[in-house]
Amino acid sequence: MSRKFMKGALAALLMAASLGAAAADKKPIVVGSILDETGPLNIYGTAMVDATKLAIKQINENGGVLGRQLKLVSYDAQSDNAKYTLYANQLSLKDKAVVIMGGITSASREAVRPVINRNKTLYFYNEQYEGGVCDKNVFATGIVPSQQVAPTVAWAMKNLGKKFYILAADYNYGHISTDWVKKYVAQAAGQVVGSEFIPLDVAEFSSVITKLQEAKPDVVFSLLVGGNHIAFYRQFVASGLRDKMKIVSATFGLGNEQVVLAPEESKDIVAVYPYFQEIDTPANKQFVAMWHKEFGKDYAYITDSAVTVWNGWHLWANAVGKAGSTGREKVIKALESGISFDGPSGTVTIDGPSHHVYQNTHFARANDKHGFTVLGGEKNVPPAFEKKMCDLIKKPNQHTQFLPETK
Amino acid sequence: MDWSQFDWLINLALSMQLSIAVLVIVSIGLAVVFGMMGIINLAHGEFLMLGAYATLACVRAGINLWLSMGIAAFVVGIFGLVVEQLLIRHLYGRLADSMLATWGLSLIMAQVMVLIFGPSTQGIATPLGSINIGAYSVSGYSFVLIAAAVVLLAIVYWVFTRTPYGVMARAAMQMPGMAAAVGINPKLINAGTFAFGAALAGVGGALLAPLVGVMPSMGQAYIARAFMTVIVGGPGVISGTASSAVLLGGMENVVSYLSTPFFGQGALLVLAIVLLRVLPTGISGRWQRQL
Repeated sequence: MSRKFMKGALAALLMAASLGAAAADKKPIVVGSILDETGPLNIYGTAMVDATKLAIKQINENGGVLGRQLKLVSYDAQSDNAKYTLYANQLSLKDKAVVIMGGITSASREAVRPVINRNKTLYFYNEQYEGGVCDKNVFATGIVPSQQVAPTVAWAMKNLGKKFYILAADYNYGHISTDWVKKYVAQAAGQVVGSEFIPLDVAEFSSVITKLQEAKPDVVFSLLVGGNHIAFYRQFVASGLRDKMKIVSATFGLGNEQVVLAPEESKDIVAVYPYFQEIDTPANKQFVAMWHKEFGKDYAYITDSAVTVWNGWHLWANAVGKAGSTGREKVIKALESGISFDGPSGTVTIDGPSHHVYQNTHFARANDKHGFTVLGGEKNVPPAFEKKMCDLIKKPNQHTQFLPETK
Repeated sequence: MDWSQFDWLINLALSMQLSIAVLVIVSIGLAVVFGMMGIINLAHGEFLMLGAYATLACVRAGINLWLSMGIAAFVVGIFGLVVEQLLIRHLYGRLADSMLATWGLSLIMAQVMVLIFGPSTQGIATPLGSINIGAYSVSGYSFVLIAAAVVLLAIVYWVFTRTPYGVMARAAMQMPGMAAAVGINPKLINAGTFAFGAALAGVGGALLAPLVGVMPSMGQAYIARAFMTVIVGGPGVISGTASSAVLLGGMENVVSYLSTPFFGQGALLVLAIVLLRVLPTGISGRWQRQL
């Protein structure tokens, strides 16, 4: 065999290899999502799944990320935390997703977190929650208690009265959030006259309603979660309690409770989130129009959870663009540099050290049209507690959750 | 006793009766099928769910709520008849097989509902407003549920003691051979009993619809309670179901009231275990009564 032929063969081989590499560059980027599309938690999941699909579609229509299209692999966790562990493993090990977004309840997030830390995968938790997660691989884009519970308590103290009764779902979210409500009520010199934890499969609230009538609070602070707990709002009004006390909530509306319930059952309930469909800005009008074009004009309601998911995907895409890579460490660094995104509720900016977000918040009251009336809002609210406790730039090797100190 | 204590007592009693009534409503259909046929219908929760959806669909179509509940009972009864013909009648006397088959059926039903109605929770507003009792106010619909529980028990009693079908059904249950020898067709009786149980489940679901959220997975929230009530109650369809509902529902409500619903649920489970340890055949196991 001549030396010349060898050279030619080698050159051809090299060329083929480089062509292969170029083709690999154009292969879609696999990204993963796990949400509850069925079961009692789908009241949150349905809109979040739609937001995921629409966000990926929009990013792809605008040319994808780094010139490559995104390929979404999504799983339905069926309101079962064990499935989160399973699918998180599957996404990072089998599907090789470069980022996983998902989780609705805090219990599901805590199921995913150890898995993604073991497999070294980037994870976005896009949902309102009890705050405090401090983890190098995790970004939490939802509203946290310092942005939500604190202003809700302050508003209730001013407008409704000083006596609070807390009803919370019986898992980590409800327990930790109850501590937050107690803390903020104590700071505002109010009084918590009772608190209850309700298992997620309870739908019959007669004993709770009896106790509310005895404790006679001014304000019922609801941290109830899931389809079964919607029954509380219905039974509360059916028992004639609305004339005696008012409900404020950190969860009402995320599951479209105001759509499921009759208007006379949900009116007067007050909630704080970054996003309400009724926000009157050009950016939101455009967003709602786009959403309705995709999913139909009669779409029930675009929830805050859905918009948080939307923001999560775009923050990640912006960070990948800045990093010039989908590598976990480079993307985390780009996110920590303070990536921001102009979403339907206004600008959302990552706070680098805490991996949480600065965002606008809005106050609203459920109205008689299965929606909310926005009462007011605050601009660019920091995640105060997480900023105080968590610095992942100085101390990167943290995988923990900070909790409110209680006496 | 002054009035302030009296209204407290009435309110607590009503709240207890409501818990008991809900247990009776969700478990009476299961009790009939288990007590009269020895079939454990693991799709019972989904039969409730079907009743709730049938009610929802009728109300959405503009039909009066109470009439809708009747239609729901009829629809689920017919559905039960179909299920009996296609599935259950091949599995008589095969307890484990029938459990497996009905469990499979429950999964199929829940998923089909997701496909038809979507996975979202839907609802019907609670009718009838509220009634004041002293310093307390109570939902008017609670009284409907309490009355409905009593009426359902009465209907079951009437059907099994005063109708020719009921007498034949009891005969077929006690001595199948002898019953067949005197000309009672056990196939017909079984089909009828299963359909009757399904119709009762349909009413149960219909009655729950205005109280809770209607969703494809709602059966799961009730199936465990319904089973516990029926198994603790034992073979007496009416006496057993009623007495175990009173004990379990009363216990859950009082403990929930004194502590939290979490311990209420726990107390219900503990009481069920203790009762089954002491009375392995259920509360009505040693009673002479059949119903």
